[in-house]
Amino acid sequence: MDEPLIHHGGAPPGASPPVLAARGVAKAFGPVEVLTDVGLALAAGEVHAVIGENGAGKSTLMKLISGHLAPTRGAIEIDGEAVHFAGPVDAESRGIVLVHQEILLAPHLTVAQNIFLGRELKRGLMVDDRAMNAQAAAALRQLGVDIDPRALVSRLSIARRQLVQIARALAVPHRVVIFDEPTASLTPIETEALLKVIRALKARGVAILYISHRLPEVAAIADRITVLRDGRLIATRDADTLSPVEMARLMVGRDMAQLYPQRSEAPPGAIALEVRDLSVPGFAADISFTLRKGEILGFAGLIGAGRTELIEGVTGLRPAHGAVSVEGRPIRLGSVRESMQAGIVYLSEDRKGKGLLLGQNLRVNLTLAALRRFLRHGFIDRQAEERELDAAIGAFDIRARRKEMLAGQLSGGNQQKLLLAKMMLLAPEIVIIDEPTRGIDIGTKQQIYRFIAKLAAEGKAVIVISSEMQELIGICHRILVMRAGRLVGEVAGEAMTEDEIVVHATGVSAMAGDASMRAAQP
Amino acid sequence: MTDEARPLDLDKDGGRSGLARFFGEIDMAAVAPFIALAALFLLGALLNPNFLTTNNLMNVLTRSSFIAIIAVGATFVISAGGLDLSVGSSAALVAGIMILFLNGGGLDGGTLLIGAAMGVAILVGGLAGLANGAVTVLGRIEPFIVTLGTMAIFRSVTTWLADGGSIAVKSPDVRGLLRPIYTGTVFGLPVPVLIMAVVGLVGAFILYRTAFGRHVIAVGSNEDVARYSGVHVGRVRALTYVIQGVCVAIAVIVYVPRLGAATATTGLLWELQAITAVVIGGTALRGGVGRIWGTICGAFMLEVVGNIMVLSSLVSEYLIGAVQGVIIVIAMLVQKSLMRRS
Repeated sequence: MDEPLIHHGGAPPGASPPVLAARGVAKAFGPVEVLTDVGLALAAGEVHAVIGENGAGKSTLMKLISGHLAPTRGAIEIDGEAVHFAGPVDAESRGIVLVHQEILLAPHLTVAQNIFLGRELKRGLMVDDRAMNAQAAAALRQLGVDIDPRALVSRLSIARRQLVQIARALAVPHRVVIFDEPTASLTPIETEALLKVIRALKARGVAILYISHRLPEVAAIADRITVLRDGRLIATRDADTLSPVEMARLMVGRDMAQLYPQRSEAPPGAIALEVRDLSVPGFAADISFTLRKGEILGFAGLIGAGRTELIEGVTGLRPAHGAVSVEGRPIRLGSVRESMQAGIVYLSEDRKGKGLLLGQNLRVNLTLAALRRFLRHGFIDRQAEERELDAAIGAFDIRARRKEMLAGQLSGGNQQKLLLAKMMLLAPEIVIIDEPTRGIDIGTKQQIYRFIAKLAAEGKAVIVISSEMQELIGICHRILVMRAGRLVGEVAGEAMTEDEIVVHATGVSAMAGDASMRAAQP
Repeated sequence: MTDEARPLDLDKDGGRSGLARFFGEIDMAAVAPFIALAALFLLGALLNPNFLTTNNLMNVLTRSSFIAIIAVGATFVISAGGLDLSVGSSAALVAGIMILFLNGGGLDGGTLLIGAAMGVAILVGGLAGLANGAVTVLGRIEPFIVTLGTMAIFRSVTTWLADGGSIAVKSPDVRGLLRPIYTGTVFGLPVPVLIMAVVGLVGAFILYRTAFGRHVIAVGSNEDVARYSGVHVGRVRALTYVIQGVCVAIAVIVYVPRLGAATATTGLLWELQAITAVVIGGTALRGGVGRIWGTICGAFMLEVVGNIMVLSSLVSEYLIGAVQGVIIVIAMLVQKSLMRRS
């Protein structure tokens, strides 16, 4: 792509060659080409976002640029010269640094020990902790974050671990920093703090490649945006010429005007779930709320506010005390099975860790929770299981290469659909979904929103926990906000705005980056 | 970010040839132990013509039955992500108590006594397993440590019961009644081999066809996912140890007629052999995969190796342990490379 390097990001225009460029790169695995003739040029001081659905080729492109993979065709250029990376370490030595999506830190080491892991500073034979602590503190200050380098990583919130990970990546000399979905597990306020860090890097002339699913955030940070679809380059545009809706349209290849389905305005039904004075020791205290049939109730709050733990208390997954009743009948707390039998299902935010058996096939996963339905004379009826899998693949649009594949080989969106199918086999009346679209591409998001709306329209009661406020506002009838283990607010109707939710969630009335960052700590 | 998010036709298979597709669908990890066994047969036949005689093979199969029966139980424990190091010691304890019961006489010393002694054995074995399971589950302690402890306890109690020596079946009549359990044949098949086959069949049925078996695999794959799916994780885990205990007892019932005595060294290192059989049979030590027939094949392989060494005198038979050790390491390497391929 021979586009002129014009951008409004402040870096000097076009005279010098791009810091980093991909020229017509392609990558094939066996006979399958997953990336075809993609070009991308990155200038110093530019934030260049790459967006696309899962499978669009973002990861592959990033791996080519960071030396994890070698292109089958085309070339990577640094300062206009073609280079061949021997591996990620080689790319890193040339100043190209990748910040991984997953947190890859040793929890029982300190922040400084993690930052210098594998490249410890030494004095003679001894590790020089004092120097490492000092340098780590300086590096963290440079990122504008206030973290004690001597703190154990296991004591930090996820958001702060992410910042440590960034500090670690930036501890080597860097000219290009690649962020792979850095905000996937961050709340809006934590995201804002991260974006501040990225702006600081940009001001220092670092070139940034930013991969994300979250379009509003891309619009907020990017100078230019490259859209990939099905392994091909669809467009590279200046960010201010693209609205999030247009981005979505380019990504999906069709009109995405209506991401959120029409909210049913049917009168609320009878009370399905009533929670009275429920406490989950250490996480949530004195929570009371009701949920009606046909209602979609949202739970908003910062990470660590206790939303997930509260629901785990309601569903018997965590010790809790208080009263929970389903359609007026009290249920015993502390038993997952009893809560399931009462008609409650809970889909964990941690799909890979708590939702699906990644090493088992789709059939085993699908029927695990409702295995009783597939017993004939006490034995599992495999044919019935197979039939149910066929039905689920159709009904939930699960895109599986082979029916025998493992759940871990599915993409995030398809894993979520499989998890939905699995829990729906229990024929629940109350469906609780935690972070329904985390790490899921926009096309699948839309499908999942429609599915949630359909559940409510059928008279089921639905609870959605989400850190994406837009999502809650888009699909819920009513939103409860939690802060530090307590229910602090309820918004509905016209009052359902991000500002209103943030005020409740943080207890402060303005989005003040650093202050709220500290408030986000557990 | 995976690359299969495109709609794909389930009936097509990306242009792979029919043959490649056929082999692709065979689970190599499941077949590997049987291929290895076939290779051993070939080796044995080449080294000594007597190896492939029915007589020799039946002999080997009979001798492998104790470990095979115990290893079927171990397959449950290991597939559920647990481990039981105490099987050898509990075999000694069960044998000791069973013989003491037989020596206590009563019940006219006839077949009724033998039957009751078997019942006692199963009960003691089951209780020993329950103890392992209960401490592991309720105390939330690593099974490695729990069963290391019970291994010492069972062994030591047996030594104490035997007063440092051996507990032997006293009555010659009882001994006579017991003997056919080891030496007898039904339709030409030795009784221990039949018992092993029945244990294998029942085990395979439980593991592959019942909800409990599916739950064992689920717990071994990921305990959290099982819990979030409404599986009683603790109960499933504890039951696998009870199954292990009962399997040990069945093995002891076949073993006591063979030697007629229990000593402080009865069942020594059986836990290693059982775990080896399970692992070379294709069951994953980290849990989530269980292969009953692979386990029985593994137990058989261990005995075949010993047999070939005795028949061929290529390697001193004192090195049997070393060769078995090499086999387990090779089996793990093969498993690993198969896993990487898939």
